[in-house]
Amino acid sequence: MIVRDSGTQPVRIEQDVVLARHTVRRLAVECGLRLIDQTKIVTAASELARNTVVYGGGGDMDWEILEDGARHGLRLVFRDEGPGIADMKLAMTDGWTSGNGLGLGLTGAKRLVGDFDIDSRPGVGTRITIARWT
Amino acid sequence: MDRIPILRMGEFLLVTIQVDMHDQLALTLQDDLSERISACSSKGVLIDISALDMVDSFIGRMIGNISGLSKIMDADTVLVGMQPAVAITLVELGLTLPGVITALNVERGMTLLRARLDHQ
Repeated sequence: MIVRDSGTQPVRIEQDVVLARHTVRRLAVECGLRLIDQTKIVTAASELARNTVVYGGGGDMDWEILEDGARHGLRLVFRDEGPGIADMKLAMTDGWTSGNGLGLGLTGAKRLVGDFDIDSRPGVGTRITIARWT
Repeated sequence: MDRIPILRMGEFLLVTIQVDMHDQLALTLQDDLSERISACSSKGVLIDISALDMVDSFIGRMIGNISGLSKIMDADTVLVGMQPAVAITLVELGLTLPGVITALNVERGMTLLRARLDHQ
């Protein structure tokens, strides 16, 4: 697997969520993802970026454009050094929220992408990796 | 401060969302609409989202809230123009917008609002 291009952008304030969406859309187009797949990864990124700002206290989004044979993919990592997720099973339950949202962000984002990986340690931070392939 | 414009068309209010909304902008729209429904005694709200290439759970919740609060204020809300890719993504996200009335485009949305008003 080859990394064609990569970068990082801050996800600190509410407006950064919009900027993250724009970046992901641009990268998804560049990657050659179909419109429906573009929309899915942009929506997943929006959910995760908001979580980074609201629950993680801000962080960063790393992106990579990948090539694996004939397949192209977009991989995103949302990382923060916030309080972490204490109960992963609960956090991955539809409709459960520690804030005042709908509780669909994390579980919904997982449904929208092919690859989903979450690594969270209480007191250390959270790191969520998603990818969508052509 | 940024605001989404709300147009008055007789008994109805028309909102066309043409920018990618940050969360605060979505909340402001919700507040502005409830005030305008009351101030104009509006019987219906039409929200056109044909320019939106993404609706996430936050915007989805705002749409649901507007629909709910307008109902309490004796007005119907019709959501129009959702792009197919957005619709597919919303359902997969787990958001089916229960109770929200939809139409394919502005014209059909207006017809629907008028029909509901005549029916009362």
